Amino acid sequence: MSSIKIELRQEDVNKIREICTSFKNDPQELINVLHKCQEHFGYLPAEVQEVISNELVVPVAKVYGVVTFYSFFTMTPKGKHPISICMGTACYVRGAEKVLEEFKKELGLQVGQTSADGKFSLSSLRCVGACGLAPVVMVGDKTYGRVAPDDVRNIIKEYE
Amino acid sequence: MPREKMQIIVCGGTSCNGNNGEAVIDNIRLELEANALENDIRVVRSGCFGLCTMGPIVKIMPGDTIYTKVTPDDAHEIVSEHIMKGRKVERLLYKDPEGKKPLTTEKELTSHKKQIRIALRNCGIINPENIEDAIAHKGYEALATVLTELKPQDVIRIIKDSGLRGRGGGGFPTGLKWEIAYKNKSDEKYVVCNADEGDPGAFMDRSVLEGDPHAVLEAMIICGYAIEAHNGLIYIRAEYPLAVARLKSAIQQARDYGLLGKDILGTGFDFDIDIRYGAGAFVCGEETALIHSMEGLRGEPTVKPPFPAESGFRGKPTNVNNVETFACISPIILKGAAWFAGIGTEKSKGTKVFALAGKINNVGLIEVPMGITLREVIFEIGGGIRKGKKFKAAQTGGPSGGCLTEKHLDLPIDFDNLTAAGSMMGSGGLIVMDEDDCMVSVAKFFLDFTVEESCGKCSPCRIGNKRLHELLEHITKGKGTLADLDRLKNMSLVIKDTSLCGLGQSSPNPVLSTLTNFRDEYEAHVTLKKCPAGKCKDLMEYFIISANCVGCTACARVCPVGAITGERKEPHLINPSICIKCGACMEKCKFDAIIIQ
Repeated sequence: MSSIKIELRQEDVNKIREICTSFKNDPQELINVLHKCQEHFGYLPAEVQEVISNELVVPVAKVYGVVTFYSFFTMTPKGKHPISICMGTACYVRGAEKVLEEFKKELGLQVGQTSADGKFSLSSLRCVGACGLAPVVMVGDKTYGRVAPDDVRNIIKEYE
Repeated sequence: MPREKMQIIVCGGTSCNGNNGEAVIDNIRLELEANALENDIRVVRSGCFGLCTMGPIVKIMPGDTIYTKVTPDDAHEIVSEHIMKGRKVERLLYKDPEGKKPLTTEKELTSHKKQIRIALRNCGIINPENIEDAIAHKGYEALATVLTELKPQDVIRIIKDSGLRGRGGGGFPTGLKWEIAYKNKSDEKYVVCNADEGDPGAFMDRSVLEGDPHAVLEAMIICGYAIEAHNGLIYIRAEYPLAVARLKSAIQQARDYGLLGKDILGTGFDFDIDIRYGAGAFVCGEETALIHSMEGLRGEPTVKPPFPAESGFRGKPTNVNNVETFACISPIILKGAAWFAGIGTEKSKGTKVFALAGKINNVGLIEVPMGITLREVIFEIGGGIRKGKKFKAAQTGGPSGGCLTEKHLDLPIDFDNLTAAGSMMGSGGLIVMDEDDCMVSVAKFFLDFTVEESCGKCSPCRIGNKRLHELLEHITKGKGTLADLDRLKNMSLVIKDTSLCGLGQSSPNPVLSTLTNFRDEYEAHVTLKKCPAGKCKDLMEYFIISANCVGCTACARVCPVGAITGERKEPHLINPSICIKCGACMEKCKFDAIIIQ
């Protein structure tokens, strides 16, 4: 399923169980459970999905099917500073593609990758709804508006 | 004017928030505290004003003074000048792009003159985190009327008579939808609000939820009463944290006020609302996919019938409406079906909210009567094209829609006219493009989106769109042929005819409409191997006009691959076989000597 193998600590397993119980172990609440688990772990490794599958009594293939269906869920850990470039139409026509290229070049990362030191990860997202500021880049919770390719280096510098 | 009535309203919409809006609010509060005014003056964090390019926006009431592009540092001047001395801060007032004279009030804005605000009636006016504010602005008044004076059939008749059609894209008559759900008898029924706004470049629903969440809650309860349901669910994108937070607080407050839960307003009617989260899948905007997603499954659509009104969430009759549709309900009940039906065109009644974005001066949220022309929207409300460029096309309906061109500028915008013009109303994204946009690339951009968002269940959509995308990729790389254009068209028509759900049935629209309206541009790509807009990298060549070149060597020094040669004070040359088309030389040249061919 994924290349990352992790060992879950007992307290992690307990946390997942606690989340599942809070939704009454109802399989219909799978997406809500996944949201909460991703909030906690930062991502959804196969091992976490296995515990959820046991708790909700849903085949693990089904859990995996749901995780991979929705773009919000990820099976690879995000960087400490996740960088997302909005590729909504408004940002696209105002040059978001060039900004994304610049980030790829500066960080040496492709979309969906995390840097080796775990500091940055790069992703594109669809419309944050701040079209007045297009093109928009988000680093963590911070929004940068009207970003030009020339600004990219300075944005990265803020987090180095 | 009595001081205690003064209000400072700061836009708390996402665009303004992302532009330091939060710091503006914080600083205003600090300034008020420093002057011991915090108890006399109310600071309200409202929803979107719709003036997103000019944000962050601050409005002072009474007087309706609008300040634009306010920075956290401006808080001091606003408080010390306007609030304490009653003198307007001239430099922060909105300046009309034409008149250049500062405008004082919101009503004076040209962009607001053509607008009628029904769904957005309270956005930018009330504090969305305070139910009393909503109640003071007629919130829940329609609910009281419905519960005490009307029968379910009466409510359905009013909505039918109003001519309201679904604002999420399809335009299905809302009253009829309610009637079908009403007629399907069951012990359990559901009212679902579709707030999974996935259309890139559209932010209407989020603005309504952020600015006036009670409008949606109230309408859902009314719908519940009309179709005899007692459970409501809001399906919202997890990517909208602010909207989620405001909805949650609104639901809690409504429960505290006896407007939600058991025995609403003492009438014996029970209704409660719960939130379900989406997780980023465009296809979940489709009713059946949305319902599957709410059941914890992959959001794949299923064949209709059965329609959700017969068998929806948990197999029970379910009525799904979009946020904006719900936001229109209360005014219709209060002002009557005839009032609503009096606005708009023959078959499209009322207003429509558009998220105006792209190459336009006034990016923002607008609500206009149906039947308004594209020209009025773009050139009057939108303030025209940025940097004085030439209008080329406007995309409505997002990845499912098509483009409208110059010849459509005077077409009255309504559901049927847009469909006839090869586009669609969609949820209301309106992206404006100028002469610098390549329509083949735009079509490819939307296909990019559809390919990624196709759920993969039916093969026409899964495989067909991928093939369409490949063809477009070929064309933008200069490898296309004239026969490819026919292939594009044929394949598009097959995908439209044979796909299972709305996503596949509409995904070729951007291709078909650009192919119809900009065939010459496609032909230039395949026969001349040129991109007229100069967007397709593989088809362009940088060229130095020797007459303009003074030989300053700036371009040669900035070129990362050493493709530019020439003696000092002599015209330079670009070697196209080395050039990587990064454009650095063109940016550097002060003499306009470098052009794209």
